[in-house]
Amino acid sequence: MCLAIPAIVVSVEADDMATVALEGIRKPVSTALLEDVAVGDYVLVHVGFALHKLSVEEAERTLQLMAETGVLAEELAEMAGEAGA
Amino acid sequence: MKYIREFRDGGLARKLAAAIAREADPDRHYNLMEFCGGHTHAIFRYGVQDLVPANVEYVHGPGCPVCVLPVRRLDDAVELALKEGVILTTYGDMMRVPGTKQKSLIRARAEGADIRMVYSTQDALNVARDNPDRQVVFFAIGFETTTPPTAVAILQAQAEGLTNFTVFCNHVLTPPAIAHIVNAPSEPGEKPVRIDGFLGPSHVSSVIGWAPYEPAARDFEKPVVIAGFEPLDVMQSTLMLIRQINEGRHVVENQYTRVVTREGNRKAQSLVAQVLELRKTFEWRGLGYVSDSALRIRDAYAAFDAEKRFTVSPKDSREVKSCECPAILRGVKKPTECKLFGTVCTPDNPMGACMVSSEGACAAYWTYGRKRGAALPARGAAA
Amino acid sequence: MNSVDASPKYRTGAVDMTHGGGGRAMAELIEDLFHRHLKNPILDQRHDAAVFDVPPGRLVMSTDAHVISPLFFPGGDIGSLSVHGTLNDIAMAGARPLSLTASFILEEGFPLADLERIVMSMARAAREAGVPVVSGDTKVVEKGKGDGVFITTAGVGVLPDGVSISPAAARPGQVVLLSGSIGDHGVAILSKRENLEFETEILSDSAALHGLVADMIAAVPGIAVLRDPTRGGLATALNEIAHASGVGVMLEEDAIPVGPDVEGACELLGLDPLYVANEGKLICICEAADADLLLEIMRAHPLGRLSEKVGEIVEDADRMVVMQTGFGGSRVVDWLSGEQLPRIC
Repeated sequence: MCLAIPAIVVSVEADDMATVALEGIRKPVSTALLEDVAVGDYVLVHVGFALHKLSVEEAERTLQLMAETGVLAEELAEMAGEAGA
Repeated sequence: MKYIREFRDGGLARKLAAAIAREADPDRHYNLMEFCGGHTHAIFRYGVQDLVPANVEYVHGPGCPVCVLPVRRLDDAVELALKEGVILTTYGDMMRVPGTKQKSLIRARAEGADIRMVYSTQDALNVARDNPDRQVVFFAIGFETTTPPTAVAILQAQAEGLTNFTVFCNHVLTPPAIAHIVNAPSEPGEKPVRIDGFLGPSHVSSVIGWAPYEPAARDFEKPVVIAGFEPLDVMQSTLMLIRQINEGRHVVENQYTRVVTREGNRKAQSLVAQVLELRKTFEWRGLGYVSDSALRIRDAYAAFDAEKRFTVSPKDSREVKSCECPAILRGVKKPTECKLFGTVCTPDNPMGACMVSSEGACAAYWTYGRKRGAALPARGAAA
Repeated sequence: MNSVDASPKYRTGAVDMTHGGGGRAMAELIEDLFHRHLKNPILDQRHDAAVFDVPPGRLVMSTDAHVISPLFFPGGDIGSLSVHGTLNDIAMAGARPLSLTASFILEEGFPLADLERIVMSMARAAREAGVPVVSGDTKVVEKGKGDGVFITTAGVGVLPDGVSISPAAARPGQVVLLSGSIGDHGVAILSKRENLEFETEILSDSAALHGLVADMIAAVPGIAVLRDPTRGGLATALNEIAHASGVGVMLEEDAIPVGPDVEGACELLGLDPLYVANEGKLICICEAADADLLLEIMRAHPLGRLSEKVGEIVEDADRMVVMQTGFGGSRVVDWLSGEQLPRIC
């Protein structure tokens, strides 16, 4: 695989470089693989490179979906239980 | 740790586990291959297998770049490192992998080779800048994720006119390996691998997108779900695969939408295409020679190609006899079915690459799953 | 044992072979640098061997060699570390440390100013711990044959009657206490390693633990095991205990304190905090009935504020350390194999 971790961009520098933060850790990364990058973006960091931006909206949507999946399943089970009773 | 910790939440895990338990058909067995070592790592690190029913089983795939590198290429790297005036730079992952006669880079270093561990190709370039009178070779390994940083380094070296920096390129490609696994005839005496669906690569796909898996899903009628590397991603993707299997569908679905798109990272793809080109064939440990499955440096950048700068001698490379790494990488055998596992071969004295890399199936079994491992073969036998 | 300022004499210059040659240069270095900062009545005897009285009880001895790169790191240096390391080894036997010795191997060319800084830090650590350095030795090796400076310390302590602490004394039903967050020392060191540099506020937790241990033993003399999880981290220390005692350990992941920065650094570098080194933490294994009292005492001490109960001792013929993950599963926590290297996959 490829160990890659989302971190937030805290400054954008010259020569395709940026600084990212993960908790209190700050690390310089290359942004040579990204078209554009701005302070506040979440990027996926792999071997010192920002590999891809992370979509905050999609992250929230995925979490929402996970929460609903469980609820839906539980409701279905309840309904099935009621139907069976 | 925003967008990391949320995806390790135990409460959501229980909800997903309940949904998986309800939707998995108790009368069938689900063999799901997680292609990537990243998934293997998450499954063992967080105990995901404990949270899914016994008839949902993860089969570990070959997606560990350290594990699939053939011994011959590692032996070549050791030879390069021992050449006069050479500094070999490499990712930490490669240091302990045993080559022929157990010779690893760490042992070569003890014999006097100048081998430096780097975290990034940028560090390798720095070593070259700081040592103008030495030849600095970067031992490049990895899938599509790790390839773009190598391409960028070569372009930087060219722009700067660095004449003492070369790359020993061992980058390999994921889709041909997946196609090979579902398509390959089993070896004589092996039970064929029956895989019902794939947890698809997450970070590889952030670069290449999810479209490249469509032919495999269509032609081999296997569902593929691009899955993130956090444990909740693995569980949600498992649920998505179970649904496809139950409904008889076999398409590529994307669970890892926060990072992966259909087309991937175009800029990274074009940088790679500028510097690297397909090799006709390349040897994978476990899979043998797979056509169009690896990359080499284009002639236009030959000055940065270690395979052109140096000659390596032909050698009689061989793996340890009776090491089952190849069969384990194909998903045909479990680590516990290898005679060497836990006896001769342990993380302290690895015989094969699968026991070295923290995401290798053997190391994962040993480190995280041994206790449970004893019960696993019985469960597998019921399949 | 009052502190003395750095000497202007050593602001410049480097160690050379004469500093280990037994002549005047060596005598001057010992007098003006080592004795000046480490000064105490026993050292002032000017013997090759220190002579001192011993209180009643059993003697405890330990020695520890210190090689570390970088020599200076956030939260400490090789000088303070070499004092804390040996004091903690003695403290983990339940003993009260009495005195230390220090032996220096210096590499030709090592800046004298750095040496003085290290010795001053060592003197400060010894002073704060209340344990004098009573004897020492210096050797110089040729350039290229050392890594700046290596320091070996040895210590003597005294064990009160009735205390019997041993790594083989863990028994099923007992509980595992941890005196604070893990991984700080290892991450502080890594943050200064060549090619890995990242910025962090993390300081090494390097500290002398015998004060904390004394408080704990005063309240509960029957503590079974004490261990400082240094190299190899919490995971390795617990495996050693499980092996020596013939038991298993069941850990609770959510109970183990890990600082956010340590967690972040470990994520970035692909490391597991369970295997990262500590230099100021201890593991205590005690009867379940004593756990609450001990936790209260530990939390009242400045070095134990974040103490937690992190697991329990179980019967296990395989002597394994197993952890209940916060995610809801379980995993084996094995010994560390080789060195933990930063990884990309």
